Amino acid sequence: MDRIPILKMGECLLVSIQVDMDDDLALALRDSLTSRIVQDKARGVLIDISSLDIVDSFIGRMLANIAAMAKILDAQTVLVGMRPSVAMTLVELGLSLPGIQTALNVDRGLKLLHCSPQGESSAAKHH
Amino acid sequence: MARTEKGLTVKEEAVVAINIDTDIVVARHKSRELAAQLGFSYVDLTLIATAVSELARNIVLYGGAGEIQLSLVENGVNRGIVVVAEDHGRGIADINRALQDGYSSSGSLGLGLPGTRRLMDEFEIVSAPGKGTKVTVKKWKR
Repeated sequence: MDRIPILKMGECLLVSIQVDMDDDLALALRDSLTSRIVQDKARGVLIDISSLDIVDSFIGRMLANIAAMAKILDAQTVLVGMRPSVAMTLVELGLSLPGIQTALNVDRGLKLLHCSPQGESSAAKHH
Repeated sequence: MARTEKGLTVKEEAVVAINIDTDIVVARHKSRELAAQLGFSYVDLTLIATAVSELARNIVLYGGAGEIQLSLVENGVNRGIVVVAEDHGRGIADINRALQDGYSSSGSLGLGLPGTRRLMDEFEIVSAPGKGTKVTVKKWKR
């Protein structure tokens, strides 16, 4: 199966998961994201899961692992776009994802991470 | 094509063989597709597909190989989906412990069985060391 593309925007990495991931794909995403954090000196990672209609305990654990590894590498992770039904399922499952920051949508996630195009600082935008 | 079993009329059936991790994805898709035929709510479809995903992963992790049987059933009053996950693997020695949150013999989070139990309406497990494991779960349409 194809890999999940990782985009760079300023000091942030953006990932939008558009496919129902099998275990190998989820592990590949974890591995390539952690490498890219170091390679691109990223400060933030935004993961959009708005297309996912299932997050089971394995995928949930993988997302939590990504956030934990990113934190050790000095990058902050925000998970955005979780569907209400997925949130309900995760809580019932007993997986409340402590330690992973969430935002309702991409806009709010980007604000939380202070990501801006071309790495311009928020101060530079005010001239 | 409808048949009756233990007071349940089986309307529709599907079997998914579970051998490798990509079969988990096939099983959860199939369960969602079948459950959608009964008109389950979007939330219920998510709960059912997630439960099937957990059960299928248990087969890959502990059973080695097995199958997931999905049936749409009717008992005269209610309609629902029955999921039977069966493997012929090493079985579970201490079922009570396997049903506790956080207990795992594989280094996972140990949420699979207890989590699945919370996602569904009915839950039954039969297992013995060396005899494999059979988990039956049901979800009724509200």
